[in-house]
Amino acid sequence: MDFVEVLASSLRAALGPAAAAFAIATLGLNVQYGYTGLLNFGHVAFLMTGAYGTAITVDQGGSLWLGIAVGLAASVVLAMIYGLPTLRLRADYLAIVTIAGGEVLRVIIRSGGEDSLTRGVFGIQGFANEFFDLNPIANGRYGWGRFSFSERSLWVLLVGWVLFALLAALVARLVHSPWGRVLRSIREDEDAASSLGKNVFVYKLQSLALGGAIGAVAGIVIAIERQSVNPDSYLPVGTFTAYALLILGGAGTRLGPFVGSLTYWFVIEFTDSVLRQGQTNGWIPTSVIDTTDLGAVRFMLVGLALMLLAAFRPQGLLGNREEVLLDAR
Amino acid sequence: MRRTLGIAAPVALLLTIAAFGSLPSSAAAHRGQAPEAGSTAITGVLVELEDRPISGVEIGVSQEGVDIGTDTSDEAGRWRVEVPGAGTYQVTLNVGTLPEGVGLRNPDLATLDRVRVREGIEKPVRFLLGERRVERVSVTERLANLTLEGLRLGIILAVASIGLSLIFAVTGLTNFAHGELVTFGALVAWFLSTGAGGPGWPLILATLVTIPICGVLGYAHERLVFRPLRRRRSGTVALIVVTIGLGLFLRNWFLILFEGRPRGYDEYTVQVGLDLPLVSPRAKDLAIIAAGAFVLAGYALVLQRTRLGTAMRAVSDNRELAASSGIDVDRIIVLTWSGGAALAGLGGIFAGISDNVQFDMGFGLLLLMFAAVVVGGLGTAYGPLVGGLIIGISSQVSTYWISTKYRLAVSLVALILAVLLRPQGILGKKERIG
Repeated sequence: MDFVEVLASSLRAALGPAAAAFAIATLGLNVQYGYTGLLNFGHVAFLMTGAYGTAITVDQGGSLWLGIAVGLAASVVLAMIYGLPTLRLRADYLAIVTIAGGEVLRVIIRSGGEDSLTRGVFGIQGFANEFFDLNPIANGRYGWGRFSFSERSLWVLLVGWVLFALLAALVARLVHSPWGRVLRSIREDEDAASSLGKNVFVYKLQSLALGGAIGAVAGIVIAIERQSVNPDSYLPVGTFTAYALLILGGAGTRLGPFVGSLTYWFVIEFTDSVLRQGQTNGWIPTSVIDTTDLGAVRFMLVGLALMLLAAFRPQGLLGNREEVLLDAR
Repeated sequence: MRRTLGIAAPVALLLTIAAFGSLPSSAAAHRGQAPEAGSTAITGVLVELEDRPISGVEIGVSQEGVDIGTDTSDEAGRWRVEVPGAGTYQVTLNVGTLPEGVGLRNPDLATLDRVRVREGIEKPVRFLLGERRVERVSVTERLANLTLEGLRLGIILAVASIGLSLIFAVTGLTNFAHGELVTFGALVAWFLSTGAGGPGWPLILATLVTIPICGVLGYAHERLVFRPLRRRRSGTVALIVVTIGLGLFLRNWFLILFEGRPRGYDEYTVQVGLDLPLVSPRAKDLAIIAAGAFVLAGYALVLQRTRLGTAMRAVSDNRELAASSGIDVDRIIVLTWSGGAALAGLGGIFAGISDNVQFDMGFGLLLLMFAAVVVGGLGTAYGPLVGGLIIGISSQVSTYWISTKYRLAVSLVALILAVLLRPQGILGKKERIG
């Protein structure tokens, strides 16, 4: 068992562009669920809106920067559409309707033909060249052994983590302001907040919009890194993964999304590497698990983690047991 | 009807290709008989399916409503009409002059509208004759078939989602892993009947054995997972997240066991539609509808006429009151989980017979099941029946107007509308929603 390789591979995943993007997405969910208590199960739709808004704009001839603006604006509109009808519903109804809404949007995007605006199942590719043109890093690989990145990945991950830091600082400022205190009071006891004269509905809508816009940023980062958008990348399991990250790190904490994303990617890649090495070294017979099953094993672990966390440690790694919504009735 | 269409269409296509392929030869044959070289005319040969020529049929040529000429087909089926020059003409076959038993293959093509003729060329055109095979599918027939398909889907949804509604009713849990109970039933039945390494039983036997196995899985859900969590006083949200995780876990485990590609049961796979007056269902569709209706009737009987059913309804109405009147609530919950899981598994087998077996078939149905249960009334006993039929029929019939790509979206929009306009569903009581 080459532990150095396994470790290097896991570190690479934990710090890579995908981890940065997931951290941003989880940050958005933290605003909605961690601080305000909204059980939004359609979060992946915000990533999809940001990504598709950007890709479609470039595909139709606009610049990448215009596309990013369009993607962000579209996600705020989506938050309005999501929120206006559903924010007065109970948790389980909100969960059902948000999953349904996300899937409706995905089906509509998927159903166009190749020449349609969204290009249906074919997706849109190659729209992020303007971003990579700005890359100041010279060509080459940077790092040691498995723990190394190409100049493209390095550029994306640098921008991604910087964005995360800025957004996390913004969120922290907002949450510890009077506005943020109202959000948290809504999470604890909506009726009490309302009885103090706060327009609970408007605050929830703002929380949904802010979290959605942050989610859109995450979607844009992923789309730029892959230079591709495709409707089947935005399935409900994306939202479930974000919840796993959030609960793992600690919902309603400042660093929860960061710790959650790092830990998740590290553990997943660690498990993947160990299993792969176990196969090549012959320790694990392919009849039990073969290479195509690695993805499935990963999601089994995510599912198991969600169950155990929700049951035994709902506050995650960093959280505070008293503040955690999972315990509330 | 669908079967005859399925045969007629390729036959017509083949004959059209053959017709076009053989046109040069018939034109050449014509030129051998053509009066003068360089004349401009429209000609044709009328033959039936086995090249039997049809004579005495009148063909008329006109241009923009002005009659140019007519001809009657001779004993070899040939006809010819001269036209004044190059241009576009309309060629009409007078169906009244067709002999008994012979008709146009496609009655809509009695007139050929845009026959373009070039100067000095004899333009051949073809009228396809034969016994009338191409039947136009009437609106009523199409709607009737869609409604029947919707009925089948609705019954599958109703049977599968009873468990979802009842478990919410007696424990307050929204189980996002309910789809996996459905898949489990289909998979176990598949293994018992069709799987390599399994006993290879007939599907009906496999179904009867699978149903109690699914009941055991439901029992395990309650005893191993949810009762301990209830004892620890886990909140609603925590339980929902647990079900999400459980669903993810089970679904991917099924993926490893069953692999990604859809597979069908050995028996009852390909069936041809029966030729009934308005509709043409497959035999298995009728069987599913009948069996499902039987099961649903049994369910209603149990609920209304047995002590167990009455106790279930009591617990779902008001758990504390039921407990205080001496009902063993824990036992009712266990029975609800087992029964609900068994029904879900049966629904999965129906779905597998109807389409295919796949590791995530239950998850695909989950949103439809939520739609059915919410529309009918989440937490009611008969809500899944009402909601299932509504969602099933409406989503199938809607494909008459909307492309099938949007079928799932239609059901989800129905779900969203139900939640907005009448969240307690059709049968629910207004106080249930907070």
